[in-house]
Amino acid sequence: MSGEIVMSLVVPPHPHPVLCPEKNPGWQAIRDAYDAAAAQIEESGADLIIIYSTLWPSIIGHQIQAQQHPEWVMVDADFHDLGSIPYRLSIDTKFAHAWNDANHARGLTSRTVDYDGFPVDVGSVVALELLNRGNRIPAVICSTNVYSNRAETTVLAKACLDVVKAQGKKAVAVSVMSLSNRMFTEPIQPEEDRIHSLKDDEWNQKMLELMADGRLEDVGQLSRTIHSQIRIKKVVAFKPMWWLSAMNGNRNDLTGEVLAYEEIHGAGAAVVALSPESCGTGDKEYDEDDVEFYGGDRGVLDNTEPTEDHGVALHEPTTKGNSFNTDLAPKPVGAYPHARREGDLLYLSGVGPRQPGDNSIPGGPIKDADGNPLNYDIKAQTRATIDNVARILEQAGSSLDNVIDVTSFLVDMDRDFAGYNEVWAETLGKVGPTRTTLAIQALPTPIAVELKVIAKA
Amino acid sequence: MRNLLVGYMGKGSIVAGCLAPHPPHLVYAENPPQNEPVSEGGWEQLRWGYESLRASLEKVDYDVLVILSPHWQTYVGTHFIGLEHCASKSVDPVFPNLFRFDYDMNVDVELSRAIHDEAQSAGMAVKMMENPDFRVDYGTIVSLHMTRPAWDKPVVVISSNRGMSYYSSEVMQEMMAELGRATAKAIEASGKKCVLIASNSLSHRHFTTENDVPEDMSKEHIESHAMHLWDMRIIELMRAGKSQQILDEMPEFCEQAISEADGGAFSWILNAMGVPDHPAILHGYGTIIGTGNAIMEWPCHRWGEQ
Ligand SMILES: [Fe+2]
Repeated sequence: MSGEIVMSLVVPPHPHPVLCPEKNPGWQAIRDAYDAAAAQIEESGADLIIIYSTLWPSIIGHQIQAQQHPEWVMVDADFHDLGSIPYRLSIDTKFAHAWNDANHARGLTSRTVDYDGFPVDVGSVVALELLNRGNRIPAVICSTNVYSNRAETTVLAKACLDVVKAQGKKAVAVSVMSLSNRMFTEPIQPEEDRIHSLKDDEWNQKMLELMADGRLEDVGQLSRTIHSQIRIKKVVAFKPMWWLSAMNGNRNDLTGEVLAYEEIHGAGAAVVALSPESCGTGDKEYDEDDVEFYGGDRGVLDNTEPTEDHGVALHEPTTKGNSFNTDLAPKPVGAYPHARREGDLLYLSGVGPRQPGDNSIPGGPIKDADGNPLNYDIKAQTRATIDNVARILEQAGSSLDNVIDVTSFLVDMDRDFAGYNEVWAETLGKVGPTRTTLAIQALPTPIAVELKVIAKA
Repeated sequence: MRNLLVGYMGKGSIVAGCLAPHPPHLVYAENPPQNEPVSEGGWEQLRWGYESLRASLEKVDYDVLVILSPHWQTYVGTHFIGLEHCASKSVDPVFPNLFRFDYDMNVDVELSRAIHDEAQSAGMAVKMMENPDFRVDYGTIVSLHMTRPAWDKPVVVISSNRGMSYYSSEVMQEMMAELGRATAKAIEASGKKCVLIASNSLSHRHFTTENDVPEDMSKEHIESHAMHLWDMRIIELMRAGKSQQILDEMPEFCEQAISEADGGAFSWILNAMGVPDHPAILHGYGTIIGTGNAIMEWPCHRWGEQ
């Protein structure tokens, strides 16, 4: 089966377009744009609406709504005087559970929630109320993790796409978010509403210009800047465009249309529709770390001290001759560099799955500190190893595509060869270097796989 | 100066202030009949701390609990619940596996409105919340339940206006100083005896994973040494009665310990009590998924006697 994202949307979370659009022409314009977007969804033949809500924060990884019919009466924490929104949603629970599993398979912490009376956030309620009249199309709702960085958010989208493809869905991806999110901190009359400041308005216009040009990935890459320029530091930072861009393959040539841009109590509210059809201009420029598998807590405190040495002292890489070293690769366990360049060739030291920074082992260590064997995931370890190889090569100005010869070491050939081989086929197998795989007794740290790589510089 | 008013007979007064953190884990671990999930306990040091706080408050004569929780987040000014009676089910959106609680509380709307009006005349943006469908936030419910599980005292529920997010920690502090003074003034005029509750953790960096058994205490510890140092520093300052120094260090504390005091409750309560130089009583300290939590009491009712 082959599924796809048939369209993407950016929509605002405020309750005004549902409860009182008539009070302000701008709020009505947002409501009309919501209606137009709902019509586009109808025409697209979509059979799933996927919501990434910036108004549902989570701490233990990401949470995915998996109750068949969440039902309650929603009252906004701020705008309770505008009224209540009763809701009864229809969730694609099969998709929700599969997405959760796919998150785990890619190393993310994730769980489903299925509880009577769960308070679905205002953004999701508003978006589904207006985009999905009568709940004709099943939906799935995902939280925004307070601590996640771009890598984790990207992997979240990739896991979601795994399921879209596996289940053959025609899905609409929706980021529920404000543009600038500074509201007036005092009550205002509806007719007094305007974007809070000129600076907010200018940044909003810039984001909309990029989206109208289909340059979603550029907005993703500007997210940190946007966050610092026009976003109040509420519970979560500005991440929805990371997710939405990854849902669209990190492209800059989508076809975008701004259906409305208005103010709601000072915040920037926009309805933007993005079609996957190429607008024919520009190519993607995706130069950020393209992560396939999440390697663990990235440390929001920027504390990159190793949290685990696995009983082996870590060394700074040596720097003799044409050595090449990078902070994006695991610390050596002896006096050697990450790589050396000789002529047109790069010779890499043996590298395994240990993570740069915290020294953790994706897929888990093969034994504990006392030497007792542990269950581990060879595929996760192999992926992390190849990611490390790719990062060393990229930092040295080369890439995985330039690998010409690999010697692989496995500590348990019988157990691990198949899993290792599978990940190889998806990655280096497509590049096509020569390969030799050896079974060995042990590696210095509790890992199951290590690669020795030679590549063109 | 306002210290003299605290505990003054014949007028309304703040008889005690409490720092009463609200992680839902505590209610989960208590297994009260109102909460649906069932646990094997856990976080005992903190729950014993709450037990000690409750025993201490038993000896205090009071009419109303006044609480400010960082989980009713209002960006458009400070809000007050204006419904006489609130009852519904509260499900924590972050830890729904631990907290699904049937609450039932009576609100002292008269006092709520009095504080509202006092804050308004001091120039603050305020609003009464009168929508009958409104659900009370889980932070308020957890702190109230742990402080007074009988639910037999009326409450005043005040929102967090997120002044630090919108402006800066300095502006947040000024707003909370104003709200604290307004709270004290309205209470004094009301003739009521009130216990104030600041519902927040100290250091607030969480672990991002949870054990299969959430109450597995072999996994519980402070998230980092830096967080521990900050928690101990703030607790020592409270124990030494150095409220002004806490307020002075609040910006650094909020930033470096990612403290939940950013919601304003801590600054509000210290100001409402007149920035006391009396020591606070430590009833308990412990961590919850890595965050630092202290249960403290300022026994204002005794200060007049000293
Ligand atoms: Fe909290």
